[in-house]
Amino acid sequence: MKALAFIAVILTGWLLMSAVSDFPDWGDPASPANSYRLSQHYITETFPETSVPNMVTAVLADYRGYDTMFETVVIFTAGIAIIGILRRYGPKDESVLKQQATIYKKDDDLIISTTCRLVIPIIQLFALYVVAHGHHSPGGGFQGGVIFGASFILLALSRDLQTAQKWVPENRILKLAGTGIFIYAGFGFLCLALGSNFLDYQILHKIMPATPIEARSHAMLGVEIGVAFTVTAVMFSIYSNLASNGRMKEGL
Amino acid sequence: MELLEAISAKFNYWVYIVIMMIGLYAMISKNNLIKKLIGMSIFQTAIILFYVSIGVKEGATIPILYHEQVHPSHDSGHHEADTSHGAGEHGSDADLHAAGPLIEADDFANPLPHVLMLTAIVVGVSTLGVGLAITQKLYGEFGTIEEHEILDSIISGK
Amino acid sequence: MIWIFDLFTLIFLVITAIISLHVKDLLSAAMIFGVYSFLMCLLWAQMAAVDVAFTEAAVGAGVSAVFLIATVLRTSRRSSD
Repeated sequence: MKALAFIAVILTGWLLMSAVSDFPDWGDPASPANSYRLSQHYITETFPETSVPNMVTAVLADYRGYDTMFETVVIFTAGIAIIGILRRYGPKDESVLKQQATIYKKDDDLIISTTCRLVIPIIQLFALYVVAHGHHSPGGGFQGGVIFGASFILLALSRDLQTAQKWVPENRILKLAGTGIFIYAGFGFLCLALGSNFLDYQILHKIMPATPIEARSHAMLGVEIGVAFTVTAVMFSIYSNLASNGRMKEGL
Repeated sequence: MELLEAISAKFNYWVYIVIMMIGLYAMISKNNLIKKLIGMSIFQTAIILFYVSIGVKEGATIPILYHEQVHPSHDSGHHEADTSHGAGEHGSDADLHAAGPLIEADDFANPLPHVLMLTAIVVGVSTLGVGLAITQKLYGEFGTIEEHEILDSIISGK
Repeated sequence: MIWIFDLFTLIFLVITAIISLHVKDLLSAAMIFGVYSFLMCLLWAQMAAVDVAFTEAAVGAGVSAVFLIATVLRTSRRSSD
């Protein structure tokens, strides 16, 4: 098996490497990908069209909003799939549970719990900043959501899973994940209801105190908040399922 | 000598292929399921690295506009300093809308590959989570995460 | 492109990738995979892809290492290869 794998890898690598000479030079502004007019349009016209300085956020949430919506659905589906695979209810196999619980039982360390109590609010504040300021600086719904989910993971790691479950119980997590996609799709249907295309935020200026260009920027913020809800919920859900082997009782 | 030049001019692409092949080899030949998943992640990041490197431009900055381009100052002296800064590149200002300094496409990295790969990373970690969940389920079922032992116990059980 | 930085980061990337697949202790493999992700994040930040680097720093170096460690502790820690 190893020899076969080695031959396959060498063959694939050789084929790829023989294609390297056809690639454009490193950092060439005139390469096909960089000189294509869609990319040029995104760079030069994003600010006049949407009033968002961060092009990546604008393309993510506005120009390619349909794509991002279904990426969010993929993340949601992954969370549901993990619950479907791992989650076990009821007190079966109590002996295995007890054995595992004794292996990973840890004492509460004063330094760790105090430090985490100090750090977690700051992490959450930073996550909110990343979500809300994603238009003007690096960031957005995905990053902010992951950081917010990581703060709950830190809480679960520093204390135990039960403590974190008090703040974000399982049913609330699932509702939160669904709410995120609902917010995202809601913006799309709102545009549809106002007489424009799906996820065409420009029309939202009719119900917002803003110009059509600013309406796109504000709607992007709303969409990013939806993404952040889903990502936060799914990240913590995946962690709590993996760490407790689907029992949601004893974490790491 | 020609070969050396060819390698040094595009060594980045060579290294991506090496990383990608490391991941592929691990996915094929490793017996441990977690090792396979790590190999899958390495393969994935190599592809993302390739996409991101397509969007690189020599001398370009991050794809976020400068403050002066977003909030054009009404102070004439400031504005003059800005225009003199980009004086050499006034060839294509036909589609210039705003009063602010010109936004040149060559000054900013290509944002399109970044967008595509940003979502790919987050989707990648969700798929890694699904893989790890299946691994845990298999461990609960067979008591091992080595592929050949799982195969043996399936064959001997049937 | 700062090519010396680029070269060294790429070399360390290859080294960490090989080590994380070669060690027999899966907990170390997960940790070294976190190092690999962080080096990748540095490389992307240098390539002016700040959003991608930010995502990778949060996801790859943070959350996915935690997922791997959680699974390693819930299953077995030794690997045969």
